[in-house]
Amino acid sequence: MSETGSSKGRTTRRGFLTGAAAVGGSLAATGLVRPAMAESDPENQPPNVADWSKYLGEGVDARPYGTPSEYESHVVRRNVAWLTASPESSVNFTPLHELDGIITPNGLCFERHHSGIAEVVPSDFRLMINGLVDKPLIFTMEDIKRFPRTNKVYFLECAANSGMEWRGAQLNGCQFTHGMIHCVMYTGVPLKHILEEAGLKTNAKWIMPEGGDASGMNRSIPLEKALDDCMLAFAMNGEALRPEQGYPLRLVVPGWEGNMWVKWLRRIEVGDEPWHAREETSKYTDLMEDGRARRFTWAMDCKSVVTNPSPQAPLLHKGRNVLSGLAWSGRGTVDRVDITLDGGKNWRHARIDGPSFDKSVHRFYYEFDWNGEPLLVQSRAIDSTGYLQPTKNELRAVRGTNSIYHNNGIQTWHVRENGEVENVEIS
Amino acid sequence: MSRSARAAVSALLFSTALVFSSPAVQAESFGLGRLATPEEIAAWDIDVRPDGQGLPEGRGGVMTGEEIYQERCASCHGEFGEGSGRWPVLAGGEDTLDTEDPVKTIGSYWPYLSTVFDYVNRAMPFGDAQSLTPDETYAVVAYILYLNDIVEDEEFELSKENFTTVRLPNEVNFIEDARPDTAKVEQAEPCMSDCKAEVEITARARIIDVTPDEDAAD
Repeated sequence: MSETGSSKGRTTRRGFLTGAAAVGGSLAATGLVRPAMAESDPENQPPNVADWSKYLGEGVDARPYGTPSEYESHVVRRNVAWLTASPESSVNFTPLHELDGIITPNGLCFERHHSGIAEVVPSDFRLMINGLVDKPLIFTMEDIKRFPRTNKVYFLECAANSGMEWRGAQLNGCQFTHGMIHCVMYTGVPLKHILEEAGLKTNAKWIMPEGGDASGMNRSIPLEKALDDCMLAFAMNGEALRPEQGYPLRLVVPGWEGNMWVKWLRRIEVGDEPWHAREETSKYTDLMEDGRARRFTWAMDCKSVVTNPSPQAPLLHKGRNVLSGLAWSGRGTVDRVDITLDGGKNWRHARIDGPSFDKSVHRFYYEFDWNGEPLLVQSRAIDSTGYLQPTKNELRAVRGTNSIYHNNGIQTWHVRENGEVENVEIS
Repeated sequence: MSRSARAAVSALLFSTALVFSSPAVQAESFGLGRLATPEEIAAWDIDVRPDGQGLPEGRGGVMTGEEIYQERCASCHGEFGEGSGRWPVLAGGEDTLDTEDPVKTIGSYWPYLSTVFDYVNRAMPFGDAQSLTPDETYAVVAYILYLNDIVEDEEFELSKENFTTVRLPNEVNFIEDARPDTAKVEQAEPCMSDCKAEVEITARARIIDVTPDEDAAD
């Protein structure tokens, strides 16, 4: 193991941070990095024997629903208070830099509410299907769970993820620049079964899912998508949906913007034309430079980000390091991820590890030796349709900087000599 | 014929019959759920479309709308629809969409009036959704039109009957999704080595430094 940043000749986070503060302003003071790990105690380390190796721990009843170690208590969703008018109509962000693999733990999946979390009583839950159907129907949750089920891993990304970066680097942390995404395994019923149970009229072309929260969230979805791969999900990662993710039932719209994944579902209307609801006209439309706006921009294009290192996860060691990140595409799987450490002069293939599911996140790694020189780190992904993740400037050249949504441009992290990382843009 | 062969033949006949008898999408029924009654549908089916489908009976005028708006809406949206704090601006913003600071309001941006009715009716006032009567909703929508100078007559009354005659000015400026709008690999195989001579940092987030403090977020 290489050594750096500590007078004791051993790299500790505290030692690193002290060094970082001396070089270029305290990261800890600006809140950019994880809190220091617990004070290390030689009494717990060899050749000594730690208390946990000697004495009984808590019994099985102490934690009927397990939660993470107290040493992981900093791994939480965080919001950016100035972004929105009230916490009930707001968003918080997944701590991507603290996670690994492809599955987001349920309690860390970012939240986006429009009128707060609806606390639905499951026994009073009703889903109505009406409109251009042979039989308008009402289902209970028990009815829904009697349909054939399926299990699928999908990412959900807010269309506004990275939306604060259109005009330039703004937020220091991949939690804030890219954290409006999560990826879980859903259990639910193909929407096709439910629609066919009601019987679709021949002129049916669109559906309008509607949420049971106080915003009555409604969107228009083409019937073709609804019958293709949409799901009514009641479980995520093996357990009931969390209230903030739409308990007891949410719509899953694979690969398409998160706003369409209506939570706390109360009704689905079938129609022959789109509704042009507020969230597909006033919001979630992409304003171009000439003042016109694209509508029905549903698919989430291929995108990737290096989660480690990143501003909240500085490089702590010279020598061997693991670069890690996420890549995804709403149009299929990710075929390839390339990494540069020198701002795009030279690229290497990253190693995609773990399952490669359709419309799911992919985990990539790139192992490298760091000699302490500054780095300009980027990742770029290519999906199964041959789509190449563009640079931010390539996107701006086509769309300007007013479009808010669908910013899937390549992210640059600047790693300084002291390991500190900042969000930058480069030539 | 064996029993299993007979079963196979009858299954084949059954599925053939299904194919011939099914019009658009007709599939196996699971026999789940119950019929929704007309009363239940009427109570929950609140959506309104640009062609007027879903509009309830009712009417409301600008002056009535102003009273309701000042009481129920102005604390967030401002007395004249100018917005308070980060709450949405409802009026103004004409000729700003192609500028550095676009102001997207009902008058400057929204394509359809039905969206205003639908949204106010289902989600507003914030925290007291579905509390306005149809007449009150028509009145508030009429007042928002007045705030945006789309109607100029204080005596104007909006109703189910005249609703679709009102068009919003920005309707024509919505276009379809044009993505993918950047190069695919087949058009530009990405460079792997010696791709550029110089690289310079052109912008830094720390200069703007709007990242929330972790302690403040707790």
